Amino acid sequence: MGEETTGKVSEGALHRTPLFDLHNELGAKMVPFAGYEMPVQYPLGVMKEHLHCRARAGLFDVSHMGQVIVRGASDTGASDNGAGAFEALVPQAIVGLPEGRQRYAFFTDEQGGLLDDLMVANRGDHLFVVVNAACKAQDIALMKAGLPGCEVDEITDRALLALQGPEAEAVLATLVPDVAAMRFMDVGVFDSEFGALWISRSGYTGEDGYEISVEEGQAEALARALLAQDAVEPIGLGARDSLRLEGGLCLYGNDIDTSTSPVEAALNWAIQKVRRKDGAREGNFPGAARILDELENGAARKRVGLRPEGRAPMRAGTQLFAADAGGEPVGAVTSGAFGPTLGAPMAMGYVPAELSAPGTRLYGEVRGKRMAVQVAEMPFVPANFKR
Amino acid sequence: MKYTEEHEWLREEDGLIVVGITAHASEQLGDVVFIELPEEGQEITKDDEVCVIESVKAASDILAPLDGEIVEVNTALVEDPGKVNEDPEGEAWFFKMTPSEPGQMDDYMDEAAYKSFIG
Repeated sequence: MGEETTGKVSEGALHRTPLFDLHNELGAKMVPFAGYEMPVQYPLGVMKEHLHCRARAGLFDVSHMGQVIVRGASDTGASDNGAGAFEALVPQAIVGLPEGRQRYAFFTDEQGGLLDDLMVANRGDHLFVVVNAACKAQDIALMKAGLPGCEVDEITDRALLALQGPEAEAVLATLVPDVAAMRFMDVGVFDSEFGALWISRSGYTGEDGYEISVEEGQAEALARALLAQDAVEPIGLGARDSLRLEGGLCLYGNDIDTSTSPVEAALNWAIQKVRRKDGAREGNFPGAARILDELENGAARKRVGLRPEGRAPMRAGTQLFAADAGGEPVGAVTSGAFGPTLGAPMAMGYVPAELSAPGTRLYGEVRGKRMAVQVAEMPFVPANFKR
Repeated sequence: MKYTEEHEWLREEDGLIVVGITAHASEQLGDVVFIELPEEGQEITKDDEVCVIESVKAASDILAPLDGEIVEVNTALVEDPGKVNEDPEGEAWFFKMTPSEPGQMDDYMDEAAYKSFIG
């Protein structure tokens, strides 16, 4: 058999997370990912890990992601957590985000492209920011340069775990009872037998769940305590990818990057009114001219969900056509896989705005053949958040 | 049973050669989600890409191990690709063929040689 889609593995000094030994003990297959040696799957396998997370609870090591604390300029008073300054880098409302709440955001560039997507939490006297592993050095440099007077500190002595799935609340509440009262996108600091835990009720699977920042020396003990519960299985990056794709969530570097604007990426929902045209804090973020215009008038192309009509998955890079023969490609798939919960292949990609209505039939070229695919609503599997 | 370096197995059965992929290959591929089979009656030449097999991870080809003609394909795999993970060397055969150059079988490994090949 000849492998077609597996890329070359680059050798080099890879970072390890505080759970590296545990992953090996659990029988994980480790792969290089964003400069880290990470578990792509455990002995259960991608499909069963995915289904287990949707049925019960899954534990993910996301310690490769960047954790950053931002504090406001000291000369503007003790109450400044940097929210005002932060709005110069993102099109989101950070001022006015209540203490104990988190918001999805993205850094944009001067051309209106996406530099990274991230989570920002208001933790009172500071902001807690979580960014993608592959972008973190660049993001930290961006924040240091773009937040004059603010302190920007990367947290390098804490691991980050995600516990996701319908039983996540019951599982985590055995260790930290107060997490049961949190709502989707709440954040808090909780004392525990594993030291202070920085917990948000969020994740990237479309399931209810938590992300838990824990001091690195306690990370393995916490992970073992969670895995000791019957409901919990460790889940690798393979299932993390199919879970997020079923949830209609973008993967930075695949579905969004500097060549895509927030409106093209259908992330309009993440830009609050107050930063839009005629809002109280309109514009004043990188690329505002283009992004505000596209919010008003739309973009020429749009990220959409795609459901192949046959059983063949359409992987990233699959060219999309308007007809079953002839013509130039009208777009391309940016993520594509088989959806274990959906029970069918699914994809997302960019198509011209006039071909973006759900139900529109397009053709993806797979191994030289044009296969029918329909534009579809996302998420492919309904989200299960505790709002 | 004979084995190829492409992790296919070949079994003689009623004058035909039955072809599938090994347990080792199915484990390496991970959960199989899609299979495209050749046409019955199709003439094939050794090393032609005759099947497509997609797992949760990647797409791969199955190469024709011998010259000959496809006489039967296992259509049950198209409906239930997961059989390849459950019973790769039994129920989940891919196709049966009549070889035109049966001597090509001699190029392939026996079970002991394949076991040492996969280490």
